[in-house]
Amino acid sequence: MLTTDRVAGAALVLVALVVFWESRRLPLGGFRNPGPAYMPVVLAAALVGFGALLIALGGKTSSLASVGWTEWRHAVAIFIVCAFAALALERLGFRATIALSLAFLLRVVERRGSVFSAALSIAFAAGAFFLFDTLLRVPLPRGSLGF
Amino acid sequence: MAETLSNLVLGFSIALSPPILLYAFVGCAVGTLVGVLPGVGPLAGISLLLPATFGLDATRAIVMLAGIYYGAMYGGSTTSILMRIPGEAASVMTCIDGYAMARKGRAGAALAIAAVGSYIAGTVSVVGLMLLAPPLAFFALRFGPPEYFALLVLGLLVLAYMSSGSMLRALAMATLGLLLGMVGIDQMTGYFRYSYGVVELGDGIGVVPVAVGLFGLAEILATAGLPAAPQVVKPKLRELLPTRQEWRDSAWPIVRGTVLGFLIGIVPGSAHIISSFVSYAVERKLSKRPEEFG
Repeated sequence: MLTTDRVAGAALVLVALVVFWESRRLPLGGFRNPGPAYMPVVLAAALVGFGALLIALGGKTSSLASVGWTEWRHAVAIFIVCAFAALALERLGFRATIALSLAFLLRVVERRGSVFSAALSIAFAAGAFFLFDTLLRVPLPRGSLGF
Repeated sequence: MAETLSNLVLGFSIALSPPILLYAFVGCAVGTLVGVLPGVGPLAGISLLLPATFGLDATRAIVMLAGIYYGAMYGGSTTSILMRIPGEAASVMTCIDGYAMARKGRAGAALAIAAVGSYIAGTVSVVGLMLLAPPLAFFALRFGPPEYFALLVLGLLVLAYMSSGSMLRALAMATLGLLLGMVGIDQMTGYFRYSYGVVELGDGIGVVPVAVGLFGLAEILATAGLPAAPQVVKPKLRELLPTRQEWRDSAWPIVRGTVLGFLIGIVPGSAHIISSFVSYAVERKLSKRPEEFG
């Protein structure tokens, strides 16, 4: 049966396998002279062990089907906004990125009115830019459009 | 000792003058405002607000920066208690029981206890450091790689000991955390590990982004877009203050936390994080009702 512990254990084993795979480019070294990959590989081996134990002993925990995922739409929307902000910050600039991200979150996730969302997003982005960039002289990205 | 006391008197005569106190107050207020921003800790706060001190003389600038530091440290516990988002790494443990108190309507009490505890521990530590700085510096400078390793092992042991649930899960998560700590430049060889050409990952993944992701993002995902707006608790002023019982319960933990924080905090590095973890573990061990933690 698919239980939460078994799924978590499988995910940990998967992470450990990724670490093994990515460590092949780095020198491993040995116990007395460890290379940059030595400690990660040891930890990944331990993680495989813990993951396997979780899979083996996790049969009595709650089933995966019993876990409620009612907020998955919000989670996806927020992660998309985070990804957009990370990618767009240097390209569109601080003000445009924050205003667009905030407007999307307020309008789509929080279901606020269009005028309120737009006004608050623009005011917050402009105010934050003025405070940090202009007053405190922290250079914020302006993007190709100068925003 | 006489020279130390004479220097102290001179220092206090300057520090207690009204303009300097005003700068300390302004620094604390601004630092608290910056500290409540999720993920912005004392160092980031000082970096952000450094330009504000450009026009001041050295004494006022240092006093204001010290105020910003202390304000930001306290501001970090504010977000931990109210929003379960640690402002800086040392506030991670505050998230656990501070937020639990906030959910029971005791946010004001938690904030007051955090403020008083922080004030007492900070003041006692500063006085202790002034009087014992030379021997403590000698002790701290003898800390080498083996001692740091031992301290980190202690931190991991405390972590495993603190876990209230399955030990297997705790160890698995500790291993995953250590693996996340492997990202960045290898200190021994200078190799970039798992950075994929991203320069920012060369410094590794900090404790604060991980803690904000674990505690804060999970809370945001769980509450964002709820059909009904969360009920806003509107307590009376008296209810914001801790009760006598809460003060009584907090008195000894504050004393023990002060001693532990002072002793562990003299070690250079991440000792302020470890001391908060150790203090939490000690209180849990000494408590007659450990099941009420968290």
